Amino acid sequence: MTRLRFASARHVRLACGSIAAVALLAAAGCITRSPQPALRVCADPNNLPFSNRDGEGFENRIAELLAADRDATLEYTWWAQRRGFVRNTLGAGVCDVVIGVPRGFEPARTTRPYYRSSYVFVSKAARRLGLESLDDPRLRDLRIGVQMIGDDFNNSPPAHALASRGIVRNVVGYSVYGDYARPNPLADIVNAVDRGEVDAAVVWGPAAGYFAKTSRTGLALTPVSPRRDSPALPFVFEISMGVRRGDRALAESLDDFLLRRRADVEAILDRYGVPRLEGY
Amino acid sequence: MRPPVEVTDPSLSDARIPYGVFNGDDDAVNSADREQHETPFARELRVMDMRTSRWRARGLAAALALQVMSCQKQTLDTSSPASARALSGTTAGDPALLQEDDGQWVMPAKNYASTRYSGLDEINVQNVGRLGVSWTFSTGMVAGHEAAPLVVGSTMFIVTPFPNIVYAFDLSSPGAPIKWQYDPKPPGAAKGVACCDLVNRGAAYADGKIFFNSLDGRTIALDAATGQPQWITQLADINRGETMTMAPLVVKGKVLVGNSGGEFGVRGWLTALDATSGKIAWRAYSTGPDKDVLIGPNFKPHYDSDRGTDLGITTWPGEGWRTGGGTVWGWISYDPELDLIFYGTANPGPWNPEQRPGANKWTAGMFARRPDTGEAIWFYQTSPHDLFDHDGVNELVLADVKMNNGAVRKIAMRADRNGLLYAIDRTNGEVLSAASFGYVNSNRGIDMKTGRLIPVAEKEPKQGVVVRDICPAAPGMKDWQPTSFSPRTGLLYIPHQNLCEDIETMPASYIAGTPYVGASVVYKAGPGGNRGVVTAWDPAAAKPAWTIKETFPVWSGTVVTAGDVLFYGTMDGWFKAVNARTGDTLWQFKCGSGIIGQPIVYKGPDGHEYVAVLSGVGGWPGAIVSADLDPRDATAGNGWGGTLADLKSATTRGGMLYVFSIGGGH
Repeated sequence: MTRLRFASARHVRLACGSIAAVALLAAAGCITRSPQPALRVCADPNNLPFSNRDGEGFENRIAELLAADRDATLEYTWWAQRRGFVRNTLGAGVCDVVIGVPRGFEPARTTRPYYRSSYVFVSKAARRLGLESLDDPRLRDLRIGVQMIGDDFNNSPPAHALASRGIVRNVVGYSVYGDYARPNPLADIVNAVDRGEVDAAVVWGPAAGYFAKTSRTGLALTPVSPRRDSPALPFVFEISMGVRRGDRALAESLDDFLLRRRADVEAILDRYGVPRLEGY
Repeated sequence: MRPPVEVTDPSLSDARIPYGVFNGDDDAVNSADREQHETPFARELRVMDMRTSRWRARGLAAALALQVMSCQKQTLDTSSPASARALSGTTAGDPALLQEDDGQWVMPAKNYASTRYSGLDEINVQNVGRLGVSWTFSTGMVAGHEAAPLVVGSTMFIVTPFPNIVYAFDLSSPGAPIKWQYDPKPPGAAKGVACCDLVNRGAAYADGKIFFNSLDGRTIALDAATGQPQWITQLADINRGETMTMAPLVVKGKVLVGNSGGEFGVRGWLTALDATSGKIAWRAYSTGPDKDVLIGPNFKPHYDSDRGTDLGITTWPGEGWRTGGGTVWGWISYDPELDLIFYGTANPGPWNPEQRPGANKWTAGMFARRPDTGEAIWFYQTSPHDLFDHDGVNELVLADVKMNNGAVRKIAMRADRNGLLYAIDRTNGEVLSAASFGYVNSNRGIDMKTGRLIPVAEKEPKQGVVVRDICPAAPGMKDWQPTSFSPRTGLLYIPHQNLCEDIETMPASYIAGTPYVGASVVYKAGPGGNRGVVTAWDPAAAKPAWTIKETFPVWSGTVVTAGDVLFYGTMDGWFKAVNARTGDTLWQFKCGSGIIGQPIVYKGPDGHEYVAVLSGVGGWPGAIVSADLDPRDATAGNGWGGTLADLKSATTRGGMLYVFSIGGGH
């Protein structure tokens, strides 16, 4: 579980390598060395751009980078990231790391954040709407798509912010759960802009950035302002890795990884078009 | 003193006879036809029925016709132990008739009127203290056990929580060995979708088949004799957040089922399936255009606010009705005389009321519909524009009650989440009384002229605002756990909560890769400090006759008998018998796990009275134990974490069926 153990595994491999240089036969003995440690990641099997079972998400890529960094094999526990996700994965002890959770996420111990994104306005680039502010008067007339969480009293920040301004009749909700039988439930709200179903949508940055890249019509993304609509309603979130609350040593080793491999992580986020704000 | 009450159980009405089987001329045809289609179990039962010796008051001709049939069929008698039982009723499996037999329990609510009243009186206030365990059965499952067992002939049936295995037990053999079991093998993904533990509320029997819903959204018909599936119909889509947890009701050859999953923005519906084929006969949505809600020219709601075109669209912002909730996961009642089914619709979605200005029809209310077509007849909304997650799905108990003004009214009684006990004229949906049956500060009752709930503005939840001491809490004064009604005492026995809540803001949450700042809802005991109550309610006087305080929420159903004994269970595992007239506890037994199931009463093949209940804590409040949530997290289990932290040291999880009788043993 600790960095120390992984370090010693690397040491064993090096030692074997030097022995092999001297006597090839002895190298065969190295194959039977103690098995590689496993990096056990809890992930959603159908939630691009974050993760999927085919390993196509940026969280899959970061998990691969992390496993390689630790010289560990990568094992996944797949569970839809909904109510009960942490309880049934981290909490049940069947996996040890969630690659992406908001900093301060209550059910887990969170690492240092490794990116900071924002909800963004998504609209067709050709329309040049230039939406930036929640107080833009055009929001009362345009057809606006928002992500709906629908979990208890909770909902996405744009859903709350528009409702508190009395903007509801022209707002269309897209469930973040989507249709889980189809790939990429989160694509629906971005595609809705592409299809002209809504004039604009307010979408969490990573999902907007990724699906905008494959847009047929060309989409414009602008961060929502204000960044914090009321004391309790931020539109900017910092994303960390999450482990069980008691796994302090593991969290510290992940912090170390995120510092050392920051450039590699950033490169992955760039490839997936994750819009990021400075200052984390 | 309570005024004298005259009560008539509508299930005893002669008007329920038009099922054709009493018609001597047609009987030969019907009988031949029936034998071609019926299952072996139905045939066994029918043969048993022919030997019936007890008759309820009916038309003489009908009884005579049946006596003749009875004699003819004697030769078909088998020597199976089951056939030694005398059953009243006349067709092989018509629940309309089987419900009247106190030897059996063929639907979770006992009868169409949903009274959960048994006419058996072998166990009574004098001897209930000698109740003992006859036999037990471990389900081997740890999720909450909310289902009612069924007893049909000499077989008992139970449905477990997910993965929803059905067991049949042979009551005529010592220890009630397993006759068969059926595993529907629902995919594990359904677990990730279920809102509140992995419960199932039971099965229903009709025409030789056991009908039940699996969590992954299938309605399944099994041959009651063999456990072989007869048909399986996929109705709900877990990929859209829909599950099914309710118990079906079978009315006039139709299996009525509804969906769960309001938490996930699904659109609620009630669906009727043909009991023979499993094909969808009709579906009535709880939101949307009139044609989807099956509202037509015969829809005559009592209040103006329910009249108009397409209110299921116009009382929502934009297209909010498409994800508007109003699921149907509770109970259905049926009045054969009026030929109306009655059921409630759940809360509107999303939970946050600011996002759905308007009355949000037809959520958080109750419908009366024709069972043949689904056509809506009337509607009444208990919580227009619901603010508190107050689903309107609680059971409607049907009785004809002499009100305090002397008039006998056909009422439906509803102990609602919002804390009000409604007496409603079930012929037209008019509210006759609505009085609080516990401490309520979030509403001031209803405006009797408009029927509309009167909200209290300062208790209204708002995003980003801390609101304290909202009573009742989100689970309401009473949740799904069903009441019972005794025609002998005229009292409605309500198992319920005494909880208030604080709504606070919470740091970042995360669903499907999407961060948000949520509200945390924390429940706590209401005035008095006890979190549970059993209230005996006098519907004629609209006030309680007596109450019992319980430490934990009373999340089990109640059942009441002609022996004037009321049974219920507690979340820390006590199964209790109390005097239905006084509320005095007469007997109690500590079960292996907390009780959130529905007790039933039946007569065994040996002619003696038995009481059965599933123990196995869980459900929305009990997930703190069954799902092993962290009690230090006050918001775990959706608000229950803090208020039920002590439940973890009071009981442990694990499902077990208990069957009791006088003296115990078998």
